[in-house]
Amino acid sequence: MGASLRELRQRRQSVMATKKITRAMELIASSRIVKAQQAAARALPFTRELNRAVSAVAEYSRLDHPLTNHHENPKRVAIFFITSDRGMNGAYSSNVIKAVSRFVQRLREEGKEPVRYVVGRKGIGYTQFRGLPVEASWEGFSDSPTYDDAIEIGDRLVADFLRPTEEGGVDEIWAVYTRMESMISQTARVRRVLPLEVVEGVKDIGDHDLVPEYWFEPDPETVLDRLLPVYVRSRIWFYLLQSAASQLASQQRAMKSATDNAQQLIERLTREANQARQAEITQEISEIVGGASALAEQE
Amino acid sequence: MSDTIRVEVVSATGIAWEGEALSVIARTTEGDIGILPNHEPFLAGLVPCAAEVLTVDGRREIVALDTGLISVADNRVALLSQFARVAAEIDLNAAEHELAAAEKRLNAGETDEETMQHFRRAQAQVKAARLAGEKA
Repeated sequence: MGASLRELRQRRQSVMATKKITRAMELIASSRIVKAQQAAARALPFTRELNRAVSAVAEYSRLDHPLTNHHENPKRVAIFFITSDRGMNGAYSSNVIKAVSRFVQRLREEGKEPVRYVVGRKGIGYTQFRGLPVEASWEGFSDSPTYDDAIEIGDRLVADFLRPTEEGGVDEIWAVYTRMESMISQTARVRRVLPLEVVEGVKDIGDHDLVPEYWFEPDPETVLDRLLPVYVRSRIWFYLLQSAASQLASQQRAMKSATDNAQQLIERLTREANQARQAEITQEISEIVGGASALAEQE
Repeated sequence: MSDTIRVEVVSATGIAWEGEALSVIARTTEGDIGILPNHEPFLAGLVPCAAEVLTVDGRREIVALDTGLISVADNRVALLSQFARVAAEIDLNAAEHELAAAEKRLNAGETDEETMQHFRRAQAQVKAARLAGEKA
């Protein structure tokens, strides 16, 4: 009996230590999420202005630009997905990975070849474990991305997009990221980055029904040439920021439920330990009483 | 008809400056351009420069811009640049230091696009910080 009491107490100690850690992680995540949300909000004006400009050019120029042209028969499709660098995020990374697998399945059925671009160690680990080919990967900034990261990724994607398919280029670029709907709901989303969905941009203007006639200097082609790489960077930047905020929100929730579970476990173990202690005392008493009465009978 | 124009200087990490202005001068790929209130809708690429905004209270606000985009519509100017900074916030010494570093790399033969970009950006920042210094 003594051994089981000690065991219970040891387990309770260990769960209490775990609870301290998860509680600390929960607090850290909830303080950082505010920062991540602010960063995401600060990036919005830039994205909004770019959307407006891109839709203005696309609407009024009717150009054949390589970045807006739809491939009639896309062969190689790039999938860019954002996972976390570390665990303890609940289902954050696995939701993204599930969405990616579904998307890859769909591509294969359509006879297209998926080309993977990964952000985050979890995604890299997943692809390595399954021996899946990865075109490019980035890690180390999943919870606090900088604009330089977005530039690096965006430029790589645009470069591969502009390269002919036969030389290892891609015909379409899709991004899988986690959208921060609210603190309690984050959903993995699949969005096409290139070729541009110009129609989408027009809707974004919102308060104006008509895009005014623009004067382009020197000409729409040149403006679009300069605009599109920046546009792609800003999309990537937007996805990175949304994913970072989602990751922290997911972490906060996961750590909160871990803390709650630890608390429950501690209560249960405390009760069991108390029962064991009581049982031990009762047994000791009955042993003493039994011993005493045996002695009395002898006399 | 309004006699002022709304100006927003937007960088990738936030709005660097916004307010009502009397005029805006920036440098596009084709050369300097001045925008007055009620300008027609306009779109052009920007080159790194120190843009000037004449605010309604008569101040000259200098903004260092990287390559980007100027868009005018609905009496509103948006200066979009991935690295836009208000001159008053730039430390002249730090900017000069950065320029010198970029120059050194250029002289060492690194003439790739990125270094050039960096050099021009540093140049614009130094210029903007100097202009702001003169004004003060």
